[in-house]
Amino acid sequence: MIRTTGLTKDYGSRRAIENLTFEVDQGEVVGFLGPNGAGKTTTMRILAGYMPPTFGTAQIAGFDVVNESIEVRRRVGYLPETVPLYPDMTVFEYLKFMADLRHLPDGDEMVENALELVQMEQRAEGYIANLSKGMRQRVGLAQALLHKPEVLILDEPTLGLDPAQVVEVRNIIREIGKDRTILLSTHILSEAQHICDRVLIINKGHIVAEDSPENLQARLVGAERSILRVRGDADELASQVAKIKGVQGVKVRPDGALEFQFAPGVDVRPQVAKTVIKSGYDLLELSPVGLSLEEIFLELTRDGAPTKKER
Amino acid sequence: MRNVWTIARREFRLYFISPVAYIVALLILLVTGIYFVLIVYLAASASYTMGSSTPPGTDSVIYIMAYLFLLALPALTMRLMAEEHRNGTLELLLTLPIHDWELVVGKWLGSFLFILSVIAVTLIFPIVLNRLVTPGIDQGLMLANYLGIILVAAVFLSIGTAISSFFNNQFAAFFATLAVLFFFWWVIGWPAAVMQGSGNIFNYLSLSSHFYDSLLRGTVALSDIVYYLSLTALGLFLGTVAVEIRRWK
Repeated sequence: MIRTTGLTKDYGSRRAIENLTFEVDQGEVVGFLGPNGAGKTTTMRILAGYMPPTFGTAQIAGFDVVNESIEVRRRVGYLPETVPLYPDMTVFEYLKFMADLRHLPDGDEMVENALELVQMEQRAEGYIANLSKGMRQRVGLAQALLHKPEVLILDEPTLGLDPAQVVEVRNIIREIGKDRTILLSTHILSEAQHICDRVLIINKGHIVAEDSPENLQARLVGAERSILRVRGDADELASQVAKIKGVQGVKVRPDGALEFQFAPGVDVRPQVAKTVIKSGYDLLELSPVGLSLEEIFLELTRDGAPTKKER
Repeated sequence: MRNVWTIARREFRLYFISPVAYIVALLILLVTGIYFVLIVYLAASASYTMGSSTPPGTDSVIYIMAYLFLLALPALTMRLMAEEHRNGTLELLLTLPIHDWELVVGKWLGSFLFILSVIAVTLIFPIVLNRLVTPGIDQGLMLANYLGIILVAAVFLSIGTAISSFFNNQFAAFFATLAVLFFFWWVIGWPAAVMQGSGNIFNYLSLSSHFYDSLLRGTVALSDIVYYLSLTALGLFLGTVAVEIRRWK
């Protein structure tokens, strides 16, 4: 559905992205993950038909983003990083304006459908100026969804929202993602894990890794990590946990919790729990630890680190 | 064309909730209104003291209106594109399935329709004047005057729209438009005045010569109409180019 080949963009003498080649299949939800300034927004702007690449090509639904830009824009729903809204309009007026510019035959109905999807029917007559950031984000999403596009491009859709709003927006995206192709950018790994089938990690304009969030993590770490918190002396328990078969490394963290690793597929957590109870400790917490994005980047940019998966 | 109309309609409506647009309309109507009352009063007192005088026409009001447009219309166009850029909404508009020229022409048309409605209000002057003078005003002159001021407004607004497309800051767009209009309305005529030749290039390029020397005097020449329409088209073309440039930057 989305296919780029050697996509490169220069801003003056600065190269924002270099030689990006990737594909997103129909119905896939792909996360574009990277730190600020990695080139996520640039790539998305090119795909949305906002600006042409310096070199390389990109196609959406078989149409070239430069030569058949209008056709591409018809098929894409785009939510830029700064949610583009007109504060002087009501939610309904704004979406109707967009529907008119997209020549939607039954505009009013499609606006209502989009509002229902983002759960904003109650605020249709309210002015955009009076909406909270979370609600504005939803109106932006409604705008992107309005024409039932084949492809959705969402640039940092949860940026700047409070935790409750983040959950709401993620749920909406997951719901939409059931029957659409979505490319969304984020710099939060857990977000990608929650929503995406696959993740592209981009750093300094290059794709440095590409896989499912789970595989990526497992591949990078080579082991699963868990954290164990008990009431009592953790140092003494550490030596007992280390003796359990399959446990690869145990360390006591500065906050008093134990962190241990084990090979993927050999879940040692039941044994660990039994050991804790048998030794007379009160088990307070036993939970998996994911790699933070920072750790993944450190891993990926290190020499000899596993890089892009061969397709 | 449908997109042009959709965008124009939004811009037109937006003027009616914009304080700047109200100030512009008020300034134009108030100054032309006071001026109109004054010339009618002066003409009346002149005919009373001297027994006869030339009855005033619409040309004196339209004359002052052109200067007001020069000062005020940049305030109508300054935000057209610059604000879209500042709000981030330009990114949205440029990723909709519409052509860049449709956006620029739609913006211009919205401002043009607004100024047409302001001009329509000033039609009250010739109507009143027609009742005051016998045997009525010169209607040919009036039509030529109004055609002239409408064409001048079209050009001013198109230049303003183009300049607004180049700027991110609306105040910068305002002053740049003001400077460009002043130059082509006034400054460019200076060499022409010195050279004295009526057919010289500076006189031809001057925005004001086609207005003062013909339309304001009641002469409707196809060449003047073509001149203003071409300049309007040129402004809209440059505005579209500016939007294209933004995409590449």
